[in-house]
Amino acid sequence: MSTPNIPMVGTPSQSGGQPTGEPVRLSVEQASYAYHTKGNTAPMFTLAATSFEARQREIVSILGPNASGKSTLLKLIAGSLEPLSGRVELEGFEISRLNPRTRAQRIAMVHQESPLLFPTRAGEYVLQGRHPYSRMMRFETQNDIQIAENALAQVGATHLRDRWMHEISGGEKQRVILARALAQQPILLLLDEPTLHLDIGAQVELLERLRQLALENRYTVIVVTHELSLAAEFADQVVLMHNGKCLRVGTPAEVYRRDLLEQVFEAPLDVDIGPEGRPRVHIRGTKTGRPAPILMQDKLF
Amino acid sequence: MKALTLSRLLWICGSLLAVLFVVVVVALKVGAVPISIADLALNLGRVILGRASQVPSEYRFVVFDLRLPRIFLAMLVGGALSVSGTSFQALLRNPLADPYVLGVSSGGAVGAIAGLIFAPQIPLVAPLAAFLGAIATIAAVYFLGRRKGQLDSTTLLLAGIISASFLSAVISFLVTTLAGQNLRGIVFWLMGDLSTPLPDALHWVLLAGLIVGVGAIYTTAADLNVITAGEREAIHLGVDVTRVKLVVYVSASLLTGLAVSVSGAIGYVGLLVPHAMRMLFGSDYRVLIPSSLIGGAIALVAADTLARTVMKPTELPVGAVTAILGAPFFIYLLRRRLP
Repeated sequence: MSTPNIPMVGTPSQSGGQPTGEPVRLSVEQASYAYHTKGNTAPMFTLAATSFEARQREIVSILGPNASGKSTLLKLIAGSLEPLSGRVELEGFEISRLNPRTRAQRIAMVHQESPLLFPTRAGEYVLQGRHPYSRMMRFETQNDIQIAENALAQVGATHLRDRWMHEISGGEKQRVILARALAQQPILLLLDEPTLHLDIGAQVELLERLRQLALENRYTVIVVTHELSLAAEFADQVVLMHNGKCLRVGTPAEVYRRDLLEQVFEAPLDVDIGPEGRPRVHIRGTKTGRPAPILMQDKLF
Repeated sequence: MKALTLSRLLWICGSLLAVLFVVVVVALKVGAVPISIADLALNLGRVILGRASQVPSEYRFVVFDLRLPRIFLAMLVGGALSVSGTSFQALLRNPLADPYVLGVSSGGAVGAIAGLIFAPQIPLVAPLAAFLGAIATIAAVYFLGRRKGQLDSTTLLLAGIISASFLSAVISFLVTTLAGQNLRGIVFWLMGDLSTPLPDALHWVLLAGLIVGVGAIYTTAADLNVITAGEREAIHLGVDVTRVKLVVYVSASLLTGLAVSVSGAIGYVGLLVPHAMRMLFGSDYRVLIPSSLIGGAIALVAADTLARTVMKPTELPVGAVTAILGAPFFIYLLRRRLP
């Protein structure tokens, strides 16, 4: 596949409530990666050089279909992978070079929930967010407890504090997991498909909460998702990924072009602009109610 | 929010130590020759005050030469097995892990027997070879228990059970073909047994190994809490997962190897005790490790006392007692996990 006409990324352009005046916090410069099954063989998957910047109070969505390289890019940002070339920097420090504790004090990751080995109460779970700050044997201080309580309050989960993690609903669990990340007091908050197991009500609630947290706590928030409509709704900046390449970086209005999205997501789509200047995506139907075929177009990438 | 405090930890350990004291007193008292508590107190007092010569010689023999060393050994072995059980549960992400079920005890036994047969001249060959046997077995079980690069809890248990039966066959082979002398002793030892008196020096080696092993595992207690809540997430909470796993893996194998080299394969202590402690005090590893240590001592002293007294004057191997109590508990845990 040829890749003509991909805009190079500089400062994000003006539109919506984008925090352009804020300082740059995360900078991904020409970062690439390759997975090998065995040494000396052709890589199984490569992430081509990718660049973008994210500022304080900004929500960036890394968007793309499955196997597009979203998760690899997220791992580079989280520092769990070291880029093959290029740099991934947080406030000027190369993330993969930070020691794990320091990194955990600055970057928090919200995964899709993984099973707990033993029953744990939500409050204890959130307290684990203080782990990067504790010495080997030290017990949690009153300060740690206060921070954990505040984190629960910020996600509206104070009432869940003494409940068992395995007894609460998916949406509630997601909030508690988010609270643990907040208890880390990070400056960069990463979320990997956070809406995957949530119903639509819980999805909207989570995303509104992220917007609020980005503003109040001055987080930079990076959300990996394949949910087109949700990313359009909450992201200040979208990084569109396809087949291990970064195709576009820009505001949703800039990136959400029908022909581009149809080819990336391989589905017949309609894009229009909503009242707040944000794009909205629909499945393009025919009169029979079935999705229409994808219109044949020039290859865009 | 309730967080663990030092006073809560000390309170828990203190209560368990009090229980341990009571169990030890009972263990000293009952047996083929019953001894009254008043006599026990009197004679213990004499020893503590440095008037050991006033202790009647039959007391000295029964209490100080027979029962006390055996109780001491039961405490060390019980503590070692419980702490290694609770560690393997975290390391392998499997609540049913136990050195016996995983075949680690059998691996240690193969090591110890092979050491005694092939290199009896090396000092401390049994504990050393048992440690090597244990560490090799857990590595094998770990790799056999993976499917598609992930630890699979059922496959892991099967791998452990199959390794255990394979290693038992190796032991039978070694014993029948190579160890001509003292066959009954070895068979008894295989079932788990505390009745063979040890040289004094070995007690101290054992105690030192226990302190080192448990101490090393305890330094990772807070990390283990995070790891049991998700290994992937633990990395993002600043835990050096590889280092923690290595420390726990080596230390837990050391504890199992030490226990097996002196007492044979005593099963289910490493499963029963940590779960009982979790039910009582919660899953925080900062509490779980010391409480399993003391709880394991309590459990094995109690089990050994039963083994000495239920069929008296005939003694059962203590491993038979723990298996009779432990196997049903294992089934209970297994059933409870099923959806």
